[in-house]
Amino acid sequence: MEEINALFHGFSVALTPFNLLLMFIGVTLGVLIGVLPGLGGANGIAILLPLTFTMPPTSAVIMLSCIYWGALFGGAITSILFNIPGEPWSVATTFDGYPMAQQGKAGEALTTAFTSSFIGAFFAIVMITFLAPLVAKFALQFGPPEFFAVFFLTFCSFIGMGKEPPFKILVAMMLGFALAAVGIDTVTGQLRLIFGWHELMRGFDFLIAVIGLFGIGEILLSMEEGLSFSGRTAKINTRIVIETWKKLPKYWMTSLRSCIIGCWMGITPGGATPASFMSYGIAKRMSPDGAKFGTGQAEGVIAPETAAHAAGTAALLPMLSLGIPGSPTAAVLLGGLLIWGLQPGPLLFVEQKDFVWGLIASMYLGNIAGLIIVLTCVPLFAAILRVPFSIIAPVIVVICAIGAYTVHNAMLDIWLMLLFGVMGYAFKKLSYPLAPLVLALVLGDQAEGAFRQAMLMSQGDMRIFFSNWLVGSIMGLGLLMLVWPVMGKLMTQLRKSAA
Amino acid sequence: MRSAEVVVALFMFGLGALVIFDSVRLGWGWGAEGPEAGYFPFYIGLMICVGSLVTLFQVLLGSQSKGHKVFVEWSALRLVLQVLLPAAVYVLGIQLIGIYVASAAYIAVFMVWLGKYGWTRGIIVGVGVSAVTFAMFEIWFQVPLFKGEFNPLSLIGY
Repeated sequence: MEEINALFHGFSVALTPFNLLLMFIGVTLGVLIGVLPGLGGANGIAILLPLTFTMPPTSAVIMLSCIYWGALFGGAITSILFNIPGEPWSVATTFDGYPMAQQGKAGEALTTAFTSSFIGAFFAIVMITFLAPLVAKFALQFGPPEFFAVFFLTFCSFIGMGKEPPFKILVAMMLGFALAAVGIDTVTGQLRLIFGWHELMRGFDFLIAVIGLFGIGEILLSMEEGLSFSGRTAKINTRIVIETWKKLPKYWMTSLRSCIIGCWMGITPGGATPASFMSYGIAKRMSPDGAKFGTGQAEGVIAPETAAHAAGTAALLPMLSLGIPGSPTAAVLLGGLLIWGLQPGPLLFVEQKDFVWGLIASMYLGNIAGLIIVLTCVPLFAAILRVPFSIIAPVIVVICAIGAYTVHNAMLDIWLMLLFGVMGYAFKKLSYPLAPLVLALVLGDQAEGAFRQAMLMSQGDMRIFFSNWLVGSIMGLGLLMLVWPVMGKLMTQLRKSAA
Repeated sequence: MRSAEVVVALFMFGLGALVIFDSVRLGWGWGAEGPEAGYFPFYIGLMICVGSLVTLFQVLLGSQSKGHKVFVEWSALRLVLQVLLPAAVYVLGIQLIGIYVASAAYIAVFMVWLGKYGWTRGIIVGVGVSAVTFAMFEIWFQVPLFKGEFNPLSLIGY
């Protein structure tokens, strides 16, 4: 039980008064970010990242991950009370959450959502605790071809699992790679893709892209919808919480299933959003009350919330153990780690034990802190949503601009942020996905590095990617993911022709 | 919807072509020390071009147009531009007079124009937000923000 010991050591690292304070601040900020339109987990953390540069890395990452938990919780509040998903992964929560609120059961719906989120996240953290060290140990044997194969698998599963048209996913992703290539080539030192414009020498920072794409893009989208908040009020008191908790155990099966779906979708970078939809869909099919879904069933809140949180949390597993984030938000956290000089990946578990286990311990604590805060402060957060959009929108634009500037103290970045904002708006409207673009931008250099090293090893022979069973099976899995949608279509057609 | 799709697909194709062009300039083959600088980006550019061409054909052949949806209604586009244009002016403002002053003005003007608030309220909120940011960044975190090419805050010693 090496992990248990390490975990307790982690608790001793995380449990300082300063870190506990940061946890509560982080969760509160996170819920705020999750509640406000235009600020989400990814760009919220991107904006707040520079503020943590002066803290010790462990404290900083504890605060950032708590912001992440808070943002995950926050999305549910807007979905249930206002029928506006604060985050994409809480869209499925509106299906049954909002009807419940309309029937005057807002408190019950919120308690159900928060508790399910907590359970989902908790399940995923337990999984991380025991699985991440194993994955890391395994990955220590990886060479460049294996790492490239894992990148390949990551990006193929985006194409295979995404609900957008596959070629649009491909274009968005490759655009990310192209943007990542801009600037100095680390191997040859040549300037690439800057076309004589020397300000671009530094390349595109993905934090700027995240702030623009998700922040400004989102504001433009919400503006178009002409947001008018007309929400339900919610009262949560101890009685409602306990009453609700009494009812929840009978849905244990839905809960467990959603946890597993969430974890799976989080590790393979399907992400929280598809996980929540998938879990909702399966719960609807499996539940005896399936026909009543959409009219305010507690089960219809449990399924998407549990899965979304399990996925959101599980996305940190590949980030920590392989250095490959499973979601844009995990990618931003990874960016933070790199800034502190911590290279996520298998070696992190060997070289930075304190840090890794402190972070994992803080996941447990942060989630508990999150549950306490959301259960006690819902009225406060709901009140923020009643601030008119014409005040919130310019304030968020200002926050984004400041966030973009602080990344490198460069004025050009604010212009780039605006440009990315317009791009984010157009992409969202035309269903080009943003997540693969961001991940490709983050991982582009590493993926290219792994590819080139592998090519050097084999003197340009592509067969190196199938040279042993390990790299071959990862590549094979990637190819399988790639043709998955085509196979699905073929299967249904075969079944049709058979029937 | 369709024309926007076509424009974006063509734009992406152009970007892809640009990437290929520069990769060829850098050399996309096998150099003395292994793969040249353009080796990886060349294929990236190629995939952007292929992907956007396929998307373009899918749009033109109508396999993806679900009815004649409009990309954005004119009234909605007006709302979007109402946010986008002031935002662009705001960024220009940052360049000239710095983040703090530009932010205060931007928030105030936005509230008065789009929110139909009175000037007093707009100015209070705008200056308030800027003051809080100022306190947080300049005083608390000691992270100086951009104060513009004509720094108006130099009058009060910053």
